Amino acid sequence: MIPAAFDYHAPESLSDALALLDQHGEDAKVLAGGMSLLPMLKIRLAQVGHLVDIGRIPGLEYAKEEGGFLKIGAATKEAALERSDLIRSKYPILLDTAAVIADPLVRNRATVGGNLAHGDPANDHPATMLALGASVVVRGPKGERAIPVDQFFRGLFTTALASNEILTEIRIPVPPARSGGAYLKLERKVGDFATAGAAAQVTLGAGGAIEKAGIGLTNAGPTPIKAVEAEKFLAGKRPDDQTLQEAGRLAARAASPSPDRRGAADYKREMARVLTVRALKAAIRRAGGPS
Amino acid sequence: MGSEIPIAVTVNGVRHQRSVEPRLLLSDFLRHDLQLTGTHVGCEHGVCGVCTVLLDGEAVRSCLMFAVQADGGEILTVEGLATGNGDDLHPLQRAFRDAHALQCGFCTPGLLMTLVPFLREHPNPGDPEIREALSGNLCRCTGYQNIVEAVKAAARP
Ligand SMILES: Cc1cc2nc3c(=O)[nH]c(=O)nc-3n(C[C@H](O)[C@H](O)[C@H](O)COP(=O)(O)OP(=O)(O)OC[C@H]3O[C@@H](n4cnc5c(N)ncnc54)[C@H](O)[C@@H]3O)c2cc1C
Ligand code: FES
Ligand code: FES
Repeated sequence: MIPAAFDYHAPESLSDALALLDQHGEDAKVLAGGMSLLPMLKIRLAQVGHLVDIGRIPGLEYAKEEGGFLKIGAATKEAALERSDLIRSKYPILLDTAAVIADPLVRNRATVGGNLAHGDPANDHPATMLALGASVVVRGPKGERAIPVDQFFRGLFTTALASNEILTEIRIPVPPARSGGAYLKLERKVGDFATAGAAAQVTLGAGGAIEKAGIGLTNAGPTPIKAVEAEKFLAGKRPDDQTLQEAGRLAARAASPSPDRRGAADYKREMARVLTVRALKAAIRRAGGPS
Repeated sequence: MGSEIPIAVTVNGVRHQRSVEPRLLLSDFLRHDLQLTGTHVGCEHGVCGVCTVLLDGEAVRSCLMFAVQADGGEILTVEGLATGNGDDLHPLQRAFRDAHALQCGFCTPGLLMTLVPFLREHPNPGDPEIREALSGNLCRCTGYQNIVEAVKAAARP
């Protein structure tokens, strides 16, 4: 399995990389960890004239809190996220997510930015980022723009990124006190993509009611899905079992999975419901609430 | 298109300079250009783990990398584990032999290269950690049990 021939560029600065992308337009592609792109090139689902490897550009690997945001450099490896003290102590939802992506060997190379930029609804980070209300920072020839993640995924393998843009950072608003989040994934075996997956992030009010909830679903349609109806339903409600079950039903209604070797559409929708309820319960527990 | 690029890599302590096509996989570079056939190739799309090597100390799948991406890097393959004339096996290799952690041996190079850095970071691992660490490596023969035993034996010799 050998990809079709291409020219390879390894720029050492973001501006050089952007210039190369601008010069070659649709004929060029960014190469990050390569864990999705190489398989696509090998089976020739993708073909490119120019690969622009961003792996030698310094300053794109970090996870830090700054100015009210958790900022993650686009080229940060999943393995680095798993090792980060900040992520381990304050963002268990991101640890949940990184830990179920592929296997340890893939996670040594795969990047968080690549996981989003690939636009694959089967990838695990999109759901988590939707639940967290993240934005992606994108750099192009005309400068920088921030795109809310809920406007980033446009279709299967299609995002709001233009061919001459590079995703540089993921920005997550630092959750207020009494917040918690969790990501749950059903997989047939380690390393498999999700049969279904649900991310939930909640903030509890002083009286114990849910102030705000974010819910994202993995592999539940042609794009990652934000379960908006369920989120709205939860706002202001006490997190009792009946309420969470109803939120699960509403989330499942937002899902439109396709049948494949991982299961029938109805089964996947039902799993999306079950996982949403469980993720909400875990998130509430982590927020310091009951259940 | 696809014009060759000069690269320099250090493999098992030996520096190699070659001119390669960008689409040449690191696994094929090691096996064909450098004749280091200890690194195996199975699925060739990132699932089985037999092609695992260390790049700058970290376990990576050489079938999911282009050789040009490794330019300037330091690579360790299974051939680099034993010392002496290859007679002095690495402790993990000895443990694999002693615990019957291989039958046909096809998966062994990938498992060893996955587990060497793992043992460095987890000097005293438990079963769940070991199983998680080798979750990216398929073995069709052993049922994994003896592999887990070998890792424990290597950790507590
Ligand atoms: C065996 C196997 C199992 C896997 N299982 C899972 C899984 O369970 N869950 C999961 O989420 N993922 C899984 N993956 C995918 C893996 O996590 C991918 O590596 C990841 O989704 C993409 O990250 P990357 O850095 O490797 O990107 P690449 O493969 O390098 O790039 C992917 C795409 O994104 C673009 N891109 C990358 N970075 C940028 C950027 N900064 N700016 C603009 N465009 C960019 C590229 O041009 C390309 O189109 C698996 C992969 C393998 C090989
Ligand atoms: S040959 Fe590389 S993972 Fe199977
Ligand atoms: S020993 Fe035969 S595949 Fe593992």
